[in-house]
Amino acid sequence: MRYVDEYRDQRIALALASEITRRTTRDWVLMEICGGQTHTIMRYGLDELLPPGIQLVHGPGCPVCVTPLETIDKAIELASRHEVTLVSYGDMLRVPGSHSDLFHVKAAGGDVRIVYSPMDAVKMAAAEPQRKIVFFAVGFETTAPANAMSVWQARRLGLENFFLLAAHVLVPPAIRLLLRSPQNRVQGFIAPGHVCTIMGYQEYDQLAREFHVPFVVGGFEPVDLLESVAMLVAQLEDGRAVVENQYARSVGYRGNTAAQQIMEIVFEVCDRKWRGLGMISQSGLRLRPVFARHDAERVFRLEEITAPEPPECISAQVLQGLKRPHECPVFAKRCTPQNPLGAGMVSAEGACAAYYQFRWHVPPVSKAENG
Amino acid sequence: MCLAIPGKILETNVADGVRVGRVEFGGIVRQACLDLVPQAKTGDYVLVHVGFAISCVDRQEAERTYEALKAMGVLEQELEPPEI
Ligand code: SF4
Repeated sequence: MRYVDEYRDQRIALALASEITRRTTRDWVLMEICGGQTHTIMRYGLDELLPPGIQLVHGPGCPVCVTPLETIDKAIELASRHEVTLVSYGDMLRVPGSHSDLFHVKAAGGDVRIVYSPMDAVKMAAAEPQRKIVFFAVGFETTAPANAMSVWQARRLGLENFFLLAAHVLVPPAIRLLLRSPQNRVQGFIAPGHVCTIMGYQEYDQLAREFHVPFVVGGFEPVDLLESVAMLVAQLEDGRAVVENQYARSVGYRGNTAAQQIMEIVFEVCDRKWRGLGMISQSGLRLRPVFARHDAERVFRLEEITAPEPPECISAQVLQGLKRPHECPVFAKRCTPQNPLGAGMVSAEGACAAYYQFRWHVPPVSKAENG
Repeated sequence: MCLAIPGKILETNVADGVRVGRVEFGGIVRQACLDLVPQAKTGDYVLVHVGFAISCVDRQEAERTYEALKAMGVLEQELEPPEI
């Protein structure tokens, strides 16, 4: 049964690719924002199925990659305190701070634990009242409601030993930054399907109107992404710039209102620094003052530090679609997934890491390079 | 990190004031919080992200997505924290 499905999917994929080729009369630069989508594109070589004029560039949509050095340093500092248990999603452990990473802190005896869900951290806080449990809350809008629920639940259970180190980021302000840049090359966007599952796509409507740029809310499978590209190309060729929804099986215009409510109760919008991109105003979420006693930054009085990023890393340009990862001079040389220098190489969903994994060992076919 | 896996709700109950469900992902059963999808009930398919159902999807779509994710090898990665 599965083979039949795969066969069908492959036929659909090829049909979509030829539809895209048929519709394309000019060169277009398109960006997928979400790192999960970048990963699928690279893994299946979808860019190589496209006509040479369509270039896919990869956006800042990997929350692990954009968490700034300073925040990693704060997590490391907390993890080094003997009374603290630092709880995190697994992908954060190897992210380099300015001089170490959580993996090394753990190896040196720090209490660092990995969980699948923030609710697991709440359970830890209930089971071990003598420990201070700090949950390292990274993520985009997709993850924010879950992390908000963990704080809500901790408060409901009266757990005074549960804290959040909040490093949440929001997608639309980053897109706005990109579109405002005089160097911007991106002409159409695949909007992130799971972010929009939570938030809906009203905000993207506004961006499409303001900048006259088309968006297609896209899913994560190969066929989803090719269909999204086909829809974008059709809009661009017709001179249209609206938001269309390819991922309607999960996304509605208004999103998930229950999820938005809990986010609204627990978090407020704040300015936030992004690794590789710098400070973006109103682009993050932090705990509201009523939850101050669960806010790790306030309770543990973490010092404001600033840490410079390695100068040879061009991830700012990569994240804005101005350059592609293999154009970085230290790509796959001094910068590898085992020893990442910058944002894009850190997580499997980062653009540099995806290129390393799927394009470095296998030489790309010439068509993709011409694109 | 923004992936979400479709699964089927086998049963629902309330634990510590939170509505949770036992959700099956092609043989693997995990607990998921259902507070963000108040309309979801036993037998429904939901997309689950970090232990929370974030939307309802129909069965056919769920199975198709599930197979695609399995083929990509990201399923275990999403469902189990890696041993480091
Ligand atoms: S390859 Fe490494 S150093 Fe170069 S841009 Fe990517 S993350 Fe930065």
